[in-house]
Amino acid sequence: MVTVTDSTQRRTPKAAKTNSVFKKAVMAISGIILVLYLIAHMIGNLKAFAGAEDFNHYSHWLRTIGNPALPGATALWLIRIVLLVAVVAHIWAAVSLWRQARRARPERYVTKKAVAQSYASRTMRWGGVIILAFVIFHILDLTLGAVNSAGSDGEPYDRLLASFQNPVVTIFYAVAVILVGMHLRHGIWSATQTLGQSNRRRELTVNYTATAIATVLTVGFLLTPFAVLFGLID
Amino acid sequence: MTITDQGPHSAPAGTQEKRGMNLTLRVWRQKGPQVKGKMVTYKVTDISPDMSFLEMLDVLNEQLIEQGDDPVAFDHDCREGICGMCGLMINGQAHGPQQTTTCQLHMRSFKDGDSIDIEPWRASAFPVIKDLAVDRRAFDRIIQAGGYISVPTGTAPEAHSVPVPKKDADNAFDAATCIGCGACVAACPNASSMLFTAAKVTHLGLLPQGQPERNDRVVNMVAQQDREGFGGCTNIGECSAACPKGISMETISRLNHDLLGALRAGARPKS
Amino acid sequence: MPLDLFTVGDPIADTKAPTDVPIGERWSERKFRGRLVNPANRRKMTIIVVGTGLAGGSAAATLGEAGYKVKSFWYQDSPRRAHSVAAQGGINAAKNYRNDGDSVHRLFYDTVKGGDFRARENNVHRLAEVSVNIIDQAVAQGVPFAREYGGLLDNRSFGGTQVSRTFYARGQTGQQLLYGAYQALERQIAAGTVEQHARTEMLDLIVVDGRARGIVARDLVTGELSTHFADAVVLATGGYGNVFYLSTNAMGSNTTAIWRAHKRGAYFANPCYTQIHPTCIPVKGDYQSKLTLMSESLRNDGRVWVPKERGDTRDPRQIPEAERDYYLERIYPSFGNLVPRDIASRAAKNVCDEGRGVGPGGLGVYLDFAEAIERLGRPAVEAKYGNLFDMYAQITGEDPYSVPMRIYPAVHYTMGGLWVDYDLQSSIPGMFVIGEANFSDHGANRLGASALMQGLADGYFVLPATITDYLADAPFEQIDDSHPAAVEALQGVQEQVQKLLSINGTRTPASFHRELGKLMWDLCGMERTDEGLRKALDRIPEIRQEFWTNVKVSGDWHSFNQTLEMAGRVADFIELAELMCVDALHRRESCGGHFRAESQTPDGEALRDDENFAYVAAWEWTPEGQPPVLHREALEYEYVHLAQRSYK
Repeated sequence: MVTVTDSTQRRTPKAAKTNSVFKKAVMAISGIILVLYLIAHMIGNLKAFAGAEDFNHYSHWLRTIGNPALPGATALWLIRIVLLVAVVAHIWAAVSLWRQARRARPERYVTKKAVAQSYASRTMRWGGVIILAFVIFHILDLTLGAVNSAGSDGEPYDRLLASFQNPVVTIFYAVAVILVGMHLRHGIWSATQTLGQSNRRRELTVNYTATAIATVLTVGFLLTPFAVLFGLID
Repeated sequence: MTITDQGPHSAPAGTQEKRGMNLTLRVWRQKGPQVKGKMVTYKVTDISPDMSFLEMLDVLNEQLIEQGDDPVAFDHDCREGICGMCGLMINGQAHGPQQTTTCQLHMRSFKDGDSIDIEPWRASAFPVIKDLAVDRRAFDRIIQAGGYISVPTGTAPEAHSVPVPKKDADNAFDAATCIGCGACVAACPNASSMLFTAAKVTHLGLLPQGQPERNDRVVNMVAQQDREGFGGCTNIGECSAACPKGISMETISRLNHDLLGALRAGARPKS
Repeated sequence: MPLDLFTVGDPIADTKAPTDVPIGERWSERKFRGRLVNPANRRKMTIIVVGTGLAGGSAAATLGEAGYKVKSFWYQDSPRRAHSVAAQGGINAAKNYRNDGDSVHRLFYDTVKGGDFRARENNVHRLAEVSVNIIDQAVAQGVPFAREYGGLLDNRSFGGTQVSRTFYARGQTGQQLLYGAYQALERQIAAGTVEQHARTEMLDLIVVDGRARGIVARDLVTGELSTHFADAVVLATGGYGNVFYLSTNAMGSNTTAIWRAHKRGAYFANPCYTQIHPTCIPVKGDYQSKLTLMSESLRNDGRVWVPKERGDTRDPRQIPEAERDYYLERIYPSFGNLVPRDIASRAAKNVCDEGRGVGPGGLGVYLDFAEAIERLGRPAVEAKYGNLFDMYAQITGEDPYSVPMRIYPAVHYTMGGLWVDYDLQSSIPGMFVIGEANFSDHGANRLGASALMQGLADGYFVLPATITDYLADAPFEQIDDSHPAAVEALQGVQEQVQKLLSINGTRTPASFHRELGKLMWDLCGMERTDEGLRKALDRIPEIRQEFWTNVKVSGDWHSFNQTLEMAGRVADFIELAELMCVDALHRRESCGGHFRAESQTPDGEALRDDENFAYVAAWEWTPEGQPPVLHREALEYEYVHLAQRSYK
């Protein structure tokens, strides 16, 4: 008996430790948490239009949710922890899928044309990285006040004004927010698909909903800084 | 070639055969799986717009053989768009500019003087055998992991004992038309085989006969595609846009739904 | 008949069918009388199955389930690509779901009659009996057949019958049935009962002490030649229609496995019986590499016509009804457009010969759906034939919804093949032949939707039941590479491969193939004459001679070399072509797909000569230079009475 030698044996890939659909589900669920947070965050931002007092009061309320049952800023920290976990999980899933994709196609095409990809879906990965960079800056800037020293944690209204009166900051912010919008446009549709909730019948609805949420959030987040920049809020 | 008599083997008499396209081909040449490949430029002349893309490559290969050169290896068989054996990346698109198989792509989709880049499917799970031919047996192994209904020959009940709603049968059929060509993997920016796997999961999952193994099937097939080294799906849709049989993205949603349900129900892949 | 073309040997007969009981009981009786192999012993037996189409795939899966050690071989990358995948129209079964008077007996009768009384009654009856089980099996596997709104299976009618017994999955029935078998096969591969050999081509049969014991195969990727041993060998390698170069077969479909088995002693039966399918897309140019079929099911709703006047080149839509000749409806009023394939093909040839053909070169007839679209509405036509229309549009660049399709006959199926008995065993003990590769069930013409039925009947139900009688004597003595028969076979293959590479002439294998194909189409195609066949027999040896002195095969043997693969196949086609012409010449009658111009009725129909030719011609190979030996198997008709076929 002569056995057939197999010259085309694939090099054995590293066995995927976690399956790719699970990773996607992690990404979808963490993404949904972040979208819900963004909606709340946007509503908070819009309070700037109600004036310094309301805005600072809102900020103060955030730090005292549940008081006196919960001591101090417990609720806020709980929210922050959930967000942090969501962000880490989202990034882990993204990096892990990206690495998997790199391994899956080590030799690239000489010529490759995109047919179905939207700009939004194509920019998920790099867009995500830029958004992350922005979020870090954003926290340093407005939450920790490390970038600008105006205002204080309890009274962030001045800090808001100080930041957005600087056109460079506002433009950076605007670019990031638009990227977030695109990220959401594909992300919301993708999450529906990943969680197995889209089908041909719902396709239009899902697409419209994704576009609507993405648009509302983008516009909502852009209103405040531009209002500051153009002196509508001061 | 000297075929002049009238007959189905010869050019239709009385009509001037359409010919005359001259093309520049840049073809990926790679001697074997372990060897580095490169693009090589060839000219072909007097190509008829009625030729299929593969017939155009036949012309090139006849020339190469006559010159004593190594002809370009490419996979093909039925040449009627159903066996799934052919598959080339043509100008950066899986199966070329039309949504069809490479063998059904005709030269009328190109213009005289065009330059055409021809590459193999690229994915680590589809290693190159030679030039444009790749090994797609990873797909068979995904089927082996669960893409079937266990029904030993002779044990089947009377065909009419289980009616199947027409809508389910039709949708199952649509998913079952997948020919396993691999264009989905080739077109996917992640080199994911999700559409292929999802088509089979959907086909069998929609039928009453497929229910008993539904959870295990999806869990094991997904585990296998990961083991093969395919990328993960990020719902971009290049696969469906390249699929010659138009398998829809809905199948992927269905797979995801089934998989998450199966995992919740406690189904785990066989190791 | 000049004796130099062939010699006559002893008659042969099938001895396995129990003819002492009525025909309806013979299959169960045979299964009862045949010896069995107990499950514990099956594990010790190895069976080689070559080919993974409907027959080979279903056989390998079923034998694996039964517990044998199966080794499965195919030349493509995946078993799912076997050319059964391309069958479009449907599969027959005597379910009588339409309540239109169908029965096992009627399917049996239609098939024997459709085959123009050149098939074996016993085999055909068994086929009809088993047909119903195939549908059950396929449905249970998840084959998504077309259904009606009530959830039950839909049927349609096909050529040569007056009942609706054809089950279908849009225009992709073969694909869906093949995937059913493929999935069953993959399940067995996963279970470890079937060992897979992808991209591996059988190049010779190893015969030891008169028994088929193994094969020599070439790994098409590495080029490595290897031997494989077993207790039985099953060939399921399909038909040889590519001898005509242009056919509806896949590019890789070939005769090599059965031809080399023939050269090892298996009789080749009725090689001249080839089916020319009436509805194919006409040829466009000399670069053409294959022909594409449009399912015969199109004739259910499409009407075939040509202009009444010769040389009418008007746009078909401008030709008024009164100036059209719906010739099938005119000549065959009771079957109309649904006459059997051989009749429809020849009728198309006749109207084209009269100069009334349409399209470039006048080699085409219209297949018109205008009436169907008006009657059923475009959506209904789309639902039934959408994929076929798309395919037509893709290939021709014309829209068949608005302009009538143009069609012309093309080689499609070969009814001939290796001779087998009722057990599907060839004249070499231990070698079984199933599906299109054997000759058994279709006589001189195959009815539509019968090929899928036969392939699956053989693979799922017949072979697994009959092979046990042979294997009851197994396992046979262990042999290995060192056995003289294995050494000799391997060396023979090696020498041939090296010879092909060493000639280094000036012509490509494809150019020889085209030349041979054209010759066969012209002289051994839809109409055959004494003179033409003799001309072919003069020419073929010259082609062979030139091939072996002037072929150019580039590359080497120990790598992926598609030119070398093709050269080996073309070499075998050339030899087979000669036998086909001898067979066609010796059969001085017309029957089914074999039309001898000298033997026709006054109105041009095939005229059989039952007195002299009611037999199967089983040919024994002899070394080059010696004429083949004819063994006749007499055909007796107990249940269907020999009659002139009439579809008028």
